Amino acid sequence: MIQFLLKRIGVVIPTFLGITVLAFALIHMIPGDPVLVMLGERNIDPAYYREAMHRMGLDLPLWQQYVNYLGRLLHGDLGTSLITQTPVMDEFLTLFPATLELSIAAMVFAVVFGLAAGIVAAVKRGTAVDHTVMGAALTGYSMPIFWWGLILIMVVSVHLGWTPVSGRLDIEFDIPPVTGLMLVDTLLSGDSGAFASALEHLILPAIVLGTIPLAVVARMTRSAMLEVLREDYIRTARAKGLSRTRVILKHALRNALMPVVTVIGLQVGTMLAGAVLTETIFSWPGIGKWLIDAISRRDYPVVQGGILLVASMIILVNLLVDLLYGVINPRIRHAR
Amino acid sequence: MSETTTPALTAPDFPSPLAEFWHGFSRNRGATVALGFMLLLFVAALFAPWIAPHNPIEQYRDALLVPPAWTTDGSWRFILGTDELGRDILSRLIHGARISLWIGVVSVLCSMIPGVVLGLLAAFYPDRLGTVIMRLMDIMMALPSLLLAVAIVAVLGPGLANTMLAIAIVALPSYVRLTRASAMTELTRDYVVASRLAGAGTLRLMFSTVLPNCMAPIIVQATLGFSSAILDAAALGFLGLGAQPPLPEWGTMLAAARDYIERAWWVVTMPGLTILLTVLALNLMGDGLRDALDPRLKQHD
Repeated sequence: MIQFLLKRIGVVIPTFLGITVLAFALIHMIPGDPVLVMLGERNIDPAYYREAMHRMGLDLPLWQQYVNYLGRLLHGDLGTSLITQTPVMDEFLTLFPATLELSIAAMVFAVVFGLAAGIVAAVKRGTAVDHTVMGAALTGYSMPIFWWGLILIMVVSVHLGWTPVSGRLDIEFDIPPVTGLMLVDTLLSGDSGAFASALEHLILPAIVLGTIPLAVVARMTRSAMLEVLREDYIRTARAKGLSRTRVILKHALRNALMPVVTVIGLQVGTMLAGAVLTETIFSWPGIGKWLIDAISRRDYPVVQGGILLVASMIILVNLLVDLLYGVINPRIRHAR
Repeated sequence: MSETTTPALTAPDFPSPLAEFWHGFSRNRGATVALGFMLLLFVAALFAPWIAPHNPIEQYRDALLVPPAWTTDGSWRFILGTDELGRDILSRLIHGARISLWIGVVSVLCSMIPGVVLGLLAAFYPDRLGTVIMRLMDIMMALPSLLLAVAIVAVLGPGLANTMLAIAIVALPSYVRLTRASAMTELTRDYVVASRLAGAGTLRLMFSTVLPNCMAPIIVQATLGFSSAILDAAALGFLGLGAQPPLPEWGTMLAAARDYIERAWWVVTMPGLTILLTVLALNLMGDGLRDALDPRLKQHD
């Protein structure tokens, strides 16, 4: 197990270094003079220009700049936002819980409904129910989620008036941040109105962000279930008199879950990309909106740091999923 | 000794590969309908200036936010209604098809060709070059495609050409991995060994012996890549990083429509519905192609 762990981590390190090179190169690929871009001023005094260049370390050879950059990274220093003058890492840590909460809610929605839809479709294979579910899943998979969000806002928020249009909480509530997860914080505050408000704000974005993973989980569950339902032990279980529901939910589903879990792990990246769009539509104050805002404000340290952090997070999640398989399934651990 | 007359050996009547493919493909009703839709869209895109009822950027100041023809306030002059500047939505969608399909074609070609070459190189020289190529691809895969595209466009600046470039770069790893995997399987086959012994050079082995046998999954991937190219381009346009107004790109149209959610449902609905139908059609076609070209990959049922 230790060997498996080390081998996995050994693969991850070069990938991470590659990402740092990418993030480092990002700033240097911006057309124009980086000093002028960063300072955003014209007609700078040449002495001040040289001073700024020296201060940012841009007068050093490229490799030395990269080594310095890497050194700062290891100290957790990702630079400072040009707009707010706050360290990038601090901004990220403040905003990340919002994205985390949204992603968890979306994933719960996707897994619950995706599993149910997939099981129903597999059991009712070839019927109208199966075709409807699979047609809906393919539509969900093809969905431009930025449009899906607008349509839901138009119908549910504007037309029916059921949910708020944007944000995380009505302004009348003032909840002290403890975990940063609004549902948990409002629950801790004991204000049931605030909790309801947080829930109302969360529902639509979670549905939007969860739609594509939902479709993927439903398709995967169906095909995994179909494969398992053919097995002999299912027939045996039925033959020994167990009820159909029990066989499907206990014997079949448990064995069909492995590929489904794989797919869920792979959806983390999709989620983070989807968060960029979902957060923009719903003005959800998370890292996706933060990144897009930084791009439109040309706040390059934030863009650079944000992309590095998001990529590291995905690498980390993939590593965890890999390790988890190793724990669950010894065959993977010992393969090559 | 009696002469036994052997019956004249007639070659069995094999269907041509194309007919065989069509037989498999046309059995999938969804894929056939999708193909019809895409052909229609291609024709519309090709002949947009002649088909579209209006100029896509002409602003009819007397007809702002006119609803679609079938509603009570609609008029047949603007079948799908007009937007906030009085531009005909149907004409904009037809011209937008040009942009979206153009983005799709260019970015698929720009990622498929280098992707296939890199994949073949990685398969033929697995030791050093292959490892380097695959490591690079791993790094690119560490970021979700839309985020990487956003990062690239953030650096290069928004616009149509940079959108295509970003989408092509993002899609590259999938072609490299796919080509490498199928080429490595083919390389162990007898016919490749035979061809190598017969003196075929590396280039010949790569492109004329191995590649044709790897084409099926690549074609399927290209179809699916086409759909994600259209989707990602629309997402970039929506974020204000893709095609810039007044270009009638579908995602860019949606970005402008955001402010009219409360007053004009058609401005929001039509471009998104067009994106959805196009992506859905391409995904259906991809499924059909996979089943027809590569039965091994066929999903259950």
